[in-house]
Amino acid sequence: MKPAESSFADRLLGRVRPSGLLSLSAPLLAIVFAGVITSIILLVSGDPPLETLGVMADYGTQPRSMVLILNSATTYYLAAIAVAIGFRMNLFNIGVDGQYRLAALIAAAVGGAVALPAPLHIALIIFVAMLVGAGWASIAGLLKVKRGVSEVISTIMLNAIATALGAWLLHKDRLAVEVAGSNNIGTRPIPESGQVPGMAIIPGTETKVFGLIVLAVVVGVVYHVLLNRTRFGFDLRATGRSESAAVASGVNVKKMVLIAMVLSGAAAGLIGMPQLLGASHSYGLDFPTGLGFTGIAIALLGRNHPVGIAFGALLWAFLDTSSSILQIEEIAPEIVQIMQGTIVLSVIIAYELVHRYQIAAGQRRVSKELAGGTPPRVEGASA
Amino acid sequence: MLQNRFGRLAATALAGSMLMGAAACGGGEEPATSASPTGGATSAAPAGGTTKVGLAYDIGGRGDQSFNDAAAAGLDKAKTELGLAETKELEAGSGETEAAKEERLRLLAQGGFNPIIAVGFAYSGPMKKVATEFPEVKFAIVDDEAAAGPNISNLVFAEHEGSFLVGAAAALKSKKNHVGFVGGVEVPLIKKFEAGFVAGAKAVKSDIKVDVKYLTQPPDFAGFNDPAKGKTAAEGMFDAGADVVYHAAGGSGGGVFEAAKAAQGWGIGVDSDQAKTAAEGVRDVILTSMIKKVDVAVFDFLKSASTGAPKAGTTVYDLKAGGVDYSTTGGHVDDIKTQLDEYKQKVISGEISVPKEVS
Repeated sequence: MKPAESSFADRLLGRVRPSGLLSLSAPLLAIVFAGVITSIILLVSGDPPLETLGVMADYGTQPRSMVLILNSATTYYLAAIAVAIGFRMNLFNIGVDGQYRLAALIAAAVGGAVALPAPLHIALIIFVAMLVGAGWASIAGLLKVKRGVSEVISTIMLNAIATALGAWLLHKDRLAVEVAGSNNIGTRPIPESGQVPGMAIIPGTETKVFGLIVLAVVVGVVYHVLLNRTRFGFDLRATGRSESAAVASGVNVKKMVLIAMVLSGAAAGLIGMPQLLGASHSYGLDFPTGLGFTGIAIALLGRNHPVGIAFGALLWAFLDTSSSILQIEEIAPEIVQIMQGTIVLSVIIAYELVHRYQIAAGQRRVSKELAGGTPPRVEGASA
Repeated sequence: MLQNRFGRLAATALAGSMLMGAAACGGGEEPATSASPTGGATSAAPAGGTTKVGLAYDIGGRGDQSFNDAAAAGLDKAKTELGLAETKELEAGSGETEAAKEERLRLLAQGGFNPIIAVGFAYSGPMKKVATEFPEVKFAIVDDEAAAGPNISNLVFAEHEGSFLVGAAAALKSKKNHVGFVGGVEVPLIKKFEAGFVAGAKAVKSDIKVDVKYLTQPPDFAGFNDPAKGKTAAEGMFDAGADVVYHAAGGSGGGVFEAAKAAQGWGIGVDSDQAKTAAEGVRDVILTSMIKKVDVAVFDFLKSASTGAPKAGTTVYDLKAGGVDYSTTGGHVDDIKTQLDEYKQKVISGEISVPKEVS
């Protein structure tokens, strides 16, 4: 193992991880670091840091808020996994946003148009969403393998095209119907057979957790198994680490790029599902946007690790949810965005610091052992 | 070995300090818990002087120089004239879900705010839910009729009627028999403006040419706040031969007025009397403005709520009620005022029925 040879991008995306106890110290360091910076900003803006955090913690631990946090986190988790699939392969899928919006719109329209028994109806909507997301992402994948177009550029452009296409589709003459008495416009509501009921699993509140939180867990497990326990996952990680090495070992890199992009898009298609099937039952003007970009931040925060992303998503959801209570307490809600940004930066910096410390420590150990006359423990054939 | 032991020590120390930090946070919670009012303990009907008003904006909030600011103006007026005890204004975050809006309204209701006003149709679903949870609290929603309930006042406007009048004014003033409409975002609400404007122009001259352009499509709402886009769209219309352009594009309207000034044509303002509120340099090209009196609606509601009995259900602020109107600032429409007032009377009496939808 030669960690010194890993690139910054490898460490940024969690492809190289610090080992042992040090892996624990990095996130802790990050939290302390973010806490300090946020406290300074709060002090500068004239709000007491401890009380502010107290208000947020107090609000965040109420049963109702906990449900809201879980629900937001479900969506964020799916978004981050969609991004992470690309990241592990060295693909920056910036287009998750467009992919999920288009997928949710078309899936909502299909769901509202058909009548099927409950499990089939739900399965059909989810399948359509994955198909649309995968299809939209495959455009960027094909452009990359056939024409060498950077996926960063093409997915950003496809986001804009998805917006225009969505606006065209969300029209009375096409997929949308007017909501009586409202200035909203949306797809035909999905009948009950296509809705996923919530689960009242948090005691002390009637607010229900999205039933599709199960889907997020399943996606997390599949992501983990696929990457770490299959030949495909090995190829994917290998291609992400070193394309030339992967080619040498017989991996068809072009095929891998396309498959990774399609998988990322299919996962992106799922992002809108908890909200669509669990709450709004229709895709309207007020359907949440921008989740794809939140997903990028959370994937970075969670180091592309399925469990790390879960913590990242929960933290993000907690911060978002507490913005309202901050406004009630006359604290600028923008502090939430500052915290989120600080935390992502802190995580990146902390891991980098720990990594460098680890290398320096390793070097010191080797030189000490050399000076002491004992032969250094070197792995491999370095005679 | 030494390094490893040190690492373990460091980790333990860090973990320990984190725990202490967490404990400190936990300690800090206590006073906050007792300070923040919980539960719907807001049964007493509020009277003036003790009234706590909550206002929830959609994205943009106070300071958008348009729709939200009009609501804020109504609140400010009520604050001074009715002597409100406390007001709280909450803003939406971008890309949030209905659940977040619902929670915003619920927090206000739990915090003892009564009445509560939501600005914008996006609060429709959330308001319906929260209003049933807090039957004692009076709610109002601007621009939405779908959220109905015994404690919800729906404040809606006949934007098409006001737009009809400025459409007539545009046609009367147009020398080239060619006018234009710039919409911010192509949503049903803005389509009402377009429908009224086109109908008004055609009522004066049935063969008039009306150019229509929307700046963005949902979910891209940038069209309400992009003067450059507004300018480009209006320039295109003036170049094509239009000489009066009406905008319903919020902050993008500034660009429309600039284009009007450059082309020596007329611009028509929206929502507030823009001959008074637009940038100084372009005020003289503003023929008239379609005024949508959100401030009046908000003030009226607060006034009736402070005496205890706001009207539940829909209140339409139309021409008859003075909720929409055309402005005369600058005196540019003085010569056609009689004709405009004739149209106004015809709309009020029902002789002319203005379409809400683009035909």
